[in-house]
Amino acid sequence: MMALACVAAGAYAHNRKALRINEVMVQNDSTSIVDEYGEYHAWIELFNANFAPLDISSVYLTNDPAQPKKYPVPLGDVRTKMPKRQQIVFFADSNHVKGTFHTSFTLTPGQDNWIGIYDADGITLIDEVTVPASLAPGHSWARSVDGSGEWQERAGDEKSYITPGSANVIKGTNPKIEEFADKDEYGFAMTLMAMCVVFSALLCLCLCFYGIGSIGKYMSRLNKARSKGVKVTEIAHDEHDSGEEIAAVVMALHEHLNAHDTESTILTIKKMKRAYSPWSSKIYSLRELPHK
Amino acid sequence: MFGDFIMSNLRQFWELTGFANAELGNFVMLAVGLFFIWLAIKKNFEPMLLVPIGFGILIGNVPFNTGAGLEIGIYEEGSVLNILYNGVSAGWYPPLIFLGIGAMTDFSALIANPKLMLIGAAAQFGIFGAYMVALALGFAPDQAGAIAIIGGADGPTAIFLSSKLAPNLMGAIAVSAYSYMALVPVIQPPLMRLFTTKKERLIRMKPARAVSQNEKIIFPIVGMLLTCFVVPSGLPLLGMLFFGNLLRECGVTTRLAKTASNALTDIVTILLGMTVGASTQASQFLTPQTIFIFFLGFMAFIIASSSGVLFVKLFNLVLPKSKKINPLIGNAGVSAVPMSARISNNLGLEYDPQNYLLMHAMGPNVAGVIGSAVAAGVLLGFLA
Repeated sequence: MMALACVAAGAYAHNRKALRINEVMVQNDSTSIVDEYGEYHAWIELFNANFAPLDISSVYLTNDPAQPKKYPVPLGDVRTKMPKRQQIVFFADSNHVKGTFHTSFTLTPGQDNWIGIYDADGITLIDEVTVPASLAPGHSWARSVDGSGEWQERAGDEKSYITPGSANVIKGTNPKIEEFADKDEYGFAMTLMAMCVVFSALLCLCLCFYGIGSIGKYMSRLNKARSKGVKVTEIAHDEHDSGEEIAAVVMALHEHLNAHDTESTILTIKKMKRAYSPWSSKIYSLRELPHK
Repeated sequence: MFGDFIMSNLRQFWELTGFANAELGNFVMLAVGLFFIWLAIKKNFEPMLLVPIGFGILIGNVPFNTGAGLEIGIYEEGSVLNILYNGVSAGWYPPLIFLGIGAMTDFSALIANPKLMLIGAAAQFGIFGAYMVALALGFAPDQAGAIAIIGGADGPTAIFLSSKLAPNLMGAIAVSAYSYMALVPVIQPPLMRLFTTKKERLIRMKPARAVSQNEKIIFPIVGMLLTCFVVPSGLPLLGMLFFGNLLRECGVTTRLAKTASNALTDIVTILLGMTVGASTQASQFLTPQTIFIFFLGFMAFIIASSSGVLFVKLFNLVLPKSKKINPLIGNAGVSAVPMSARISNNLGLEYDPQNYLLMHAMGPNVAGVIGSAVAAGVLLGFLA
């Protein structure tokens, strides 16, 4: 139970660590979004970089490293459960009584604004950013890629769009597929790369089992040498028991001694009783040729 | 007044019936479903798969008024069929099937002769050959990848990959994959005869050495770690395949191995087959793309089988005379287990009644299962 609890706690902590500050606007000069009261405020966008939902209630948002517990995200609001790879916006209006998404602090135009997210313990810093004082009114300070990438100033035009509550990179199509469609029109590159990977994987396995097989054969020779009371070098390299020989010995033992030997790698005589399965049935399904 | 009430309700009821909502496409698909059931029962073509798929096609193509909000269709969220279909659409049935396959597969032939793994790798060329043809036919790379995986001859892998890369084509891909798997005994022998000489067909291979239990236990662990380190995107399939095999070989989890290989596999096979069949609603299935997919699936099987045989011939050029491989086991590189290995054996016996190739062919056959899962992981990694 303790181990399970530790694992669960670890997984939970790991999830929280993937919470990111994704985009910030310090001076919302009526060009960006309004809150639910129709007012313009500075806003902070968070991003759940996990590929799983994340409940951010009880994490702390702050603009002062000396006061990490400045604004606790309230418990009990279902909207604080962020879907995977999605964004959420908080308004920094120093008016937290307005609702869950209104912080108890504001951001100050004309000076560097440090913003941090602390975990529920109020000690572990999850993410931080310093928005430069030079950020122009109506501009945002955003990551180039959601959850990662360089921070950059965005002016809200066609090339550097501002996206509160949605992805910083708007993708109409999958860029990987676009790239393959563009640069590998006939599929030669994919075939070459993929076949190399498939061969490499199975070649690795093949070489590995040659090695393991050699060790197995050596151990077998060693066992034989011990049982015969001779040196291992006196046992021929290619001497191994074929399946037919083993079957003959097993049958003989079973017939005359009714002996059972469960030692590893030697002989094992067990009555095999398998439950019926159509998957393994040799009579009814796969092993029978279809009637033409 | 009372008569009007009765008539009005009966009219409404009539509008809900299959007769009022039937279209030509529904009847075509019902005929396809009946054909599959006939193939399975009368011709014994993969009955464990074609009966559930065939009956699923019947279920999925009973016409009904989709606007009535009855929540019965497979594509209507919250319906019973939709809940069962989640295992296909979210891709969790295939790994469970792989768990069962791992629990019922004996990898001894492969462990005893590891070079046979390379045949399983070579046969995956069928996937990428079909990928190139699909691109030439105008499919987008992700769709081409999903269709091409039919060449791996592995139904669960095809469903898993198509659910990720091209969910809209999944029904056609799954039905195509299972159809051609059932037709392996018809497709492969002519190709094997075409690409081999009589002398090659008579090659006798040395009996495989006995494999210790320790080696059998190490195989799934090392196999999983090696292949998944190379292709982490294949983790759901490869992880479950090797896990199932460890349950079988470790000797202390007999009950779990039995459940995985029998009850669990049977349950998932029933659900998977039935829901895949039901997903082939006429409106989704009867498109020109489906014809292309069936054509590409056929191409993929031909390329895969041929490349396995040709690779063995090539491999024999560098192997010493005593270790030559009979090219008739090359076709077994596709992962239609154990059908293709059995075909190798039958064809071998046709030319030499004393030449039993079954155990040798099982090596590339199970390598094909690993190879197709790796190939699916590669496609997923590149295109997802």
